[in-house]
Formats: sequence, structure tokens, C-alpha cells
Amino acid sequence: MVESESAIIELKDVEMEYDNGTKAVRGISMRIAPGEFVFLVGPSGSGKSTIIKLLTGEVNPSAGRVRVNGFSTRNISERQVPLMRRTLGVIFQDFRLIEKKTVYDNLAFVMRAVGASAKESRQRIPYVLELVGLEQKTYSYPDELSGGEQQRVAIARALVNNPSTIIADEPTGNLDPERSLELMDLLVKINELGTTMVVVTHEKDLVDRFGKRVVTIDSGRVINDSVGGYVGGHIHG
Amino acid sequence: MGKHNFGYFVHEGFSNMFSHGFMSFAAIGITVACLLIMGTFTLVAVNANGLLKDLERENEMLAFVEEDCPDASSLQKKLEAIPNVDTVAFISRQQAMERFVEQYPDEEMFRDLDPNILRDRFSIKITDLELISRTKEAVDAVDGIAYVNAAEDVAGGFITIRNVATVVCVALIAILFVVSVFIISNTIRLTTFDRREEIAIMRMVGATNGFIRWPFVYEGFLMGFLGASVAFLMEWGLYEAVAQGVSTSDAMQLIDVIPFRELWIPVAGSFAAAGIFIGVGGSLSAIRKYLQV
Repeated sequence: MVESESAIIELKDVEMEYDNGTKAVRGISMRIAPGEFVFLVGPSGSGKSTIIKLLTGEVNPSAGRVRVNGFSTRNISERQVPLMRRTLGVIFQDFRLIEKKTVYDNLAFVMRAVGASAKESRQRIPYVLELVGLEQKTYSYPDELSGGEQQRVAIARALVNNPSTIIADEPTGNLDPERSLELMDLLVKINELGTTMVVVTHEKDLVDRFGKRVVTIDSGRVINDSVGGYVGGHIHG
Repeated sequence: MGKHNFGYFVHEGFSNMFSHGFMSFAAIGITVACLLIMGTFTLVAVNANGLLKDLERENEMLAFVEEDCPDASSLQKKLEAIPNVDTVAFISRQQAMERFVEQYPDEEMFRDLDPNILRDRFSIKITDLELISRTKEAVDAVDGIAYVNAAEDVAGGFITIRNVATVVCVALIAILFVVSVFIISNTIRLTTFDRREEIAIMRMVGATNGFIRWPFVYEGFLMGFLGASVAFLMEWGLYEAVAQGVSTSDAMQLIDVIPFRELWIPVAGSFAAAGIFIGVGGSLSAIRKYLQV
């Protein structure tokens, strides 16, 4: 069911217990406003990945409510899950590009998947590739690109369907520090164009450098939510 | 389904089939083999059934009239009224004698026989051979009928052959059908496993289950249809070859093979329906687990 609220993402008293009894999330509440840039940090097993799964509708909360871009997971129907996902762009640490497709075809593929025509793809893809600085690599295959370039393709793919929110799960995990910084700059630039950005990372230097809102998770709970940099103990990827 | 998606689904279905050449070839081959075996058994059963029907039609019951029956022909209506009786033909003593003599043209001694040593009789043909005993009892019970000759053993033999053929046929068809669905399903499961990353990405960006499913359904459809087409052509060739062999064989000259031109429409229809069902059913079963959540 579509609802309208000022927060574009809202988690309220969310609990998540898997079938094997693991309690991954214990009563998390959090609101993210439209156009906000939020780092989600925390040690391994803290519940960050489960929060991503909750936001993308891969799992449903055991208790509480998750609302994403107007869709509430409490009463979302199976048919509405794809519609909710169309409002999100997701970036993974391991890029997840289709090796046998060119950069252009990787993007056209996801546009086609949500019903865009070939003409719409021809209009949109050059713009997005220019935004991520890969217009020269349009017809390259993923294995012809560096790790940083592959992650830029993944960002382009997340952007191509014009989502209101991008969720990046450890986007710099496979990149060297210089490429990581370039990539984060790119995400900030995209955020400045109006896209809400949720970035899961364990790179303290990057988090501190950008002075954005940081939500720290540990043992399934929010232990800190502040602007300016990471606060708390060690972060282990 | 958007109209620009239809071409995409068909294109994807085709390219999936060709990109998994060996597995697709194996799946089509198995479909052909299964349909061919199913079709051959069915056609043998159809021909056997036709042959048995002919034999059933020839299988007559003779009801002999009492010596003192004043008007034998008056019994005809009573006999015709008995359930399961198809036709009743009166044969007088004289006619019976003539037929008897005709059967033994070389036996001089039969020619001078008095027809009165024979009885008037009725030749009765029945509709359902399985009810021969009950019909015989009903005919026997008619006033004026002395006794009845019916080849119950022969009838029982026909029935047993037909029933066994039907059971074997149905069982084989069912087994081969399940085997075909299983193999096609596994073939497409390999395709889906190979493309699980694409499916995961499609789901993540908001593709509907229908969008993800259709290319696999077309792939299954194409494999099933191709399998059915090849099986039909092979069945046709095989049938004509066997029919030719039977018609030129001295030992099998009594067997009348039904011409393929009388059977091709139901054969083609059944093959196409079974092939498409096997292909589409197999692909739906294979893709199901990737579409959860």
C-alpha cells in the first residue's frame, strides 16, 4: 500500500529474527529524509546487511514497520514489491555485472526489465554513462574494465531507472583508497542532484572525510546517529 | 505483456535455447524419444483396437429355434428387443443347409442331406462383447429358443487383449510423460542456474515475476514444439514403413493397417499439445524457485 510521509525511509521499532533463531535486528528506529546522504556503519554481523535486505524487500521484519519511498512492508502485496524496488537503485560490493553483456547492454537490460523501450534506453543510457564518466566505455565488456570502472557501471545501472533512493552496500570494498575516494565523490555528486543515498561501509577515513550523517549499528541496535563522522569503537568490515 | 516485450521474450527464448546448445539438443532429443514411443504405442493400440472391433463385428451368436415352434420368424422382434443385441438375422433350415454345403463344396455326401435335420436359427450380433454372457442368457430365456451357441471364450480373449493393451499403453504414456517433464525441467533448471545472477539483478531492479518467467516459458515452448515436430515427422515415416511392410507381408495379410492420412490430424494435435505441455510445464517448474520473494 502506498503511503505518503515526510521521511523517504522509515524504520520503526523493527525487529528481525531469521528462521534459524538469529536475531539480526533488535528494535531499530530510524528516519531518512528525501535527498539525505547517510552512512550506515558497524562491525561484521551488526545487522547492516539485514537492514539493506529489509529496505529492498528481500526479507520482511518480524516486528515493527519499514517504509520505503511510500511503500510500507507491513501491508505490501507481492505484486507491489517490484514497484517498490523500482524506486530504489542498489549497488553491491562485488559489482554484479553480467559478464557477457557490454556496458550499454548491462544498463539496457535493467531498463528493459522494468518495461522501458529500446528508444528510451538509447536516450537515457548515454546521459547516465556521461554522469559517471564512462561514455568512452559504452561498448566495453566488464572484464575489459578496471575495478573502479566496473563499480561506476554498477552505479550507472543503479541510476539508469531514475530511482529516488540509492542503497550502496560496501561500494568501495573491492577498490584501492584512491578509487574509493573517487567513487564516494561520485555518490556525493549524485546525491547533490537530488537522489537520497544510503551507503553501508566500514571505511572510517571515508566516513570522517565527508562529514555526512552517520548511523552506527551494533548487535542489531542503533548505538549512534550523528552528523560529522564516525563515533564509537572499531569498525570491522 | 507490452507489445515491445513480446519480441524480446521470443528473442530471449530463442537465444537461451541456442546458447545452451547441447542441453537444449538433449532435451529436444528426449522429448522426441518420449513422444515417439508414446505415439507408437498409441498407434499400435489404435490399430489393434480397430482390428478387434472388426473381429467383434464378425463374432456372431447363433440361437436355435425349438422344433415345435409354429412360426420361427415371429421370434425376431423378441430377440431384437433384448438389450445389447445389435442385429438379428433369421436363417431358415434351407438356408442353413445351403451354407453348410457351400462350406464343403468337395464333399458329395452333404448335397443330399434333408434340411429337416437342421433347425431354423437366428444369427445375432451384439454391441458390447463384454456383455456376451448376460445377452446369451437373455436370448436363451426367450420362449421358442432351444439353445444358444456363443463363442464366449473367444470374446473373453478379445477383451483381455484389448484391456491389457489399453493398460500398458496408458501406463507407458504416463511414465514417459513424467520423464519428459522431469528432463525438460532439469534442462531449463540448468539454464536458470547459469542465469541466476541475471535473474537476481532483474528482481532487484523491480522486474515482475512475469517478465522474468516469460523467456523461460518461450524456451520451454520452443523446445517442446520442436521436439513434437521432429517426433511427428519420424512417427509418420515409421508408420508408413511399417504399414508398407505389413501390406506386402504374406504372414500379415489379414491385418488391415489404418492409413496415416486418416490419423495425422489427431497425431499432430496430440504431439503438439503434449510437446508444448511438457516444455512449458518443465520450464515453469524449473523457474519457480527463483521467483520466490
